[in-house]
Amino acid sequence: MLSAESRALIDIEVAKYPADQKRSAVMSALRIAQQEKGWLATETIETVADYLGIPPVVAYEIATFYNMYNLRPVGKYKLTICTNLPCALQGGVNAAEYLERKLGIKLGETTPDGKFTLLEGECMGACGDAPVMLVNNHKMCSRMTPEAIDQKLAEFE
Amino acid sequence: MAVFVKGVIFEGVDTSDPGCWRLDAYRARGGYQSLQQIVQSNKPQEEVIAEVKNSGLRGRGGAGFPSGLKWSFMPRSFPGDKYVVCNTDEGEPGTFKDRDIMRYNPHALIEGMIIAAYAMGTKVGYNYIHGEIFAEYLQFEEALAEARAAGLLGQNILGSDFSFELYAHHGYGAYICGEETALLESIEGKKGQPRFKPPFPASFGLYGKPTTINNTETFASVPFILRDGAQKFLDLGKPNNGGTKLFSISGHVNRPGNYEIPLGTPFATLLEMAGGMKDGKKLKAVIPGGSSAPVLPADVMMDLTMDYDAIAKAGSMLGSGAVIVMNQDVCMVRALERLAYFYHEESCGQCTPCREGTGWLYRIVHRIEHGEGRPEDLDLLTSVGNNMAGRTICALADAAVFPVRSFTKHFKKEFEYHIEHKKCMVEHQWC
Repeated sequence: MLSAESRALIDIEVAKYPADQKRSAVMSALRIAQQEKGWLATETIETVADYLGIPPVVAYEIATFYNMYNLRPVGKYKLTICTNLPCALQGGVNAAEYLERKLGIKLGETTPDGKFTLLEGECMGACGDAPVMLVNNHKMCSRMTPEAIDQKLAEFE
Repeated sequence: MAVFVKGVIFEGVDTSDPGCWRLDAYRARGGYQSLQQIVQSNKPQEEVIAEVKNSGLRGRGGAGFPSGLKWSFMPRSFPGDKYVVCNTDEGEPGTFKDRDIMRYNPHALIEGMIIAAYAMGTKVGYNYIHGEIFAEYLQFEEALAEARAAGLLGQNILGSDFSFELYAHHGYGAYICGEETALLESIEGKKGQPRFKPPFPASFGLYGKPTTINNTETFASVPFILRDGAQKFLDLGKPNNGGTKLFSISGHVNRPGNYEIPLGTPFATLLEMAGGMKDGKKLKAVIPGGSSAPVLPADVMMDLTMDYDAIAKAGSMLGSGAVIVMNQDVCMVRALERLAYFYHEESCGQCTPCREGTGWLYRIVHRIEHGEGRPEDLDLLTSVGNNMAGRTICALADAAVFPVRSFTKHFKKEFEYHIEHKKCMVEHQWC
């Protein structure tokens, strides 16, 4: 089950598309469901598909194709750090290595207390602000020098 | 940071003002005058399109296709649904201009799309927004709400017979959706896998209906062209390269950021605007148009002007205007390895030459970088590349091959050294 609030948000998305094209709202609906549940379990994906009246496999292929969906549980804070070339030239690789040392995990891992997941990201379209880090998909942090990372991590409860 | 020197899109925009993106601020800059004039004078559609054609505006997303010509492909008298779509799925490494348009001047984009809809007779539009810029997506929704409340979107715009509704569609992490037909698939709620062309979107686009897709910067240039005239826009650039262009500069410069400058500005001037080389180091190479554009050595770049034709003549492309600057300390094998990884990661998997070839390219460059290169590897890279480029549905395979070809061509010695000595020729430092 999705919350009434999530369903209301999905309804807003559905209204953007022609009446016979509810499938177009599947990306947003999965995003909204993920915001509520933290990650997309198979049952959550099926719930979204049912709500939109589309086959579950359609929602499942979207969830597996686009890389911002969490197909397994992630830490309370999912940190995605860009290491692509423009970011790397401005400290992105250093920032990723610093985060690995600081959190004691490698890229792709979650801290044992479940607080942080660290991921390597691809271009986020903000190379002028490099190094760039995305927190829980929706909050972009700019110029992630070691000092800025320390400060940012201290903000997270 | 965004620096705007002189131009079309950011003229008069005070980016330090948190309210600069709002409707009232846009109106105070002369915003929506073009739309008002067009709608109230009932300007013929052909005249609007002719104006865009005469301006020399070329697609700012990367391909540089003449925008007015693209608009003229739309069947204006087609009776059913038609769509106008904006591509704000900006994920080409090095490119970050559209995000700043969304942050600081979203109404220029909205007005440009409304004018495009008017000219092509479409009633509905979508703006596809890159997944990673959620704050900009939310702000764009607010800007749309402002426009609706002011009667600039919706039924009977500004009291005329013309109606148009515009919606935001939020992506969720797939570089390939910047390819226009993959983007259409994505709006339809499908995997972002490009379509075979023809048919082109102008005849079979979103939901199978005639559709025109332009980049954010392209649409955002339109209000200026209609308000100040095609000639004024054209005069800002140089022949066949009209207007100003946003260049996103990243890498080893003192002031990375966006610079809106006339097309045809020398690269040396642009580099100077960006504060010159960081730490006074020597320029080694530049990728002038986003990661898919062939890299050029420093001496070629320093003699180049920044416009479509000059960069093409030098063997690269202006692309999206993303200028990636690298200094003497960068190992070109390492740099190419990172780009090769990106294309391998982002291949949609639809076409075998791309799905398999991007993996081959990455693995070969990776082993060269890690001291396991073989004497035949450079020939193997060429061979794999030749079996990819031009053999797939979309240009991602070509985009993956261009860097490989250009890096190994211009910096062949570094690759050979790596294979022979099992280490970098330069003392590699990312920054």
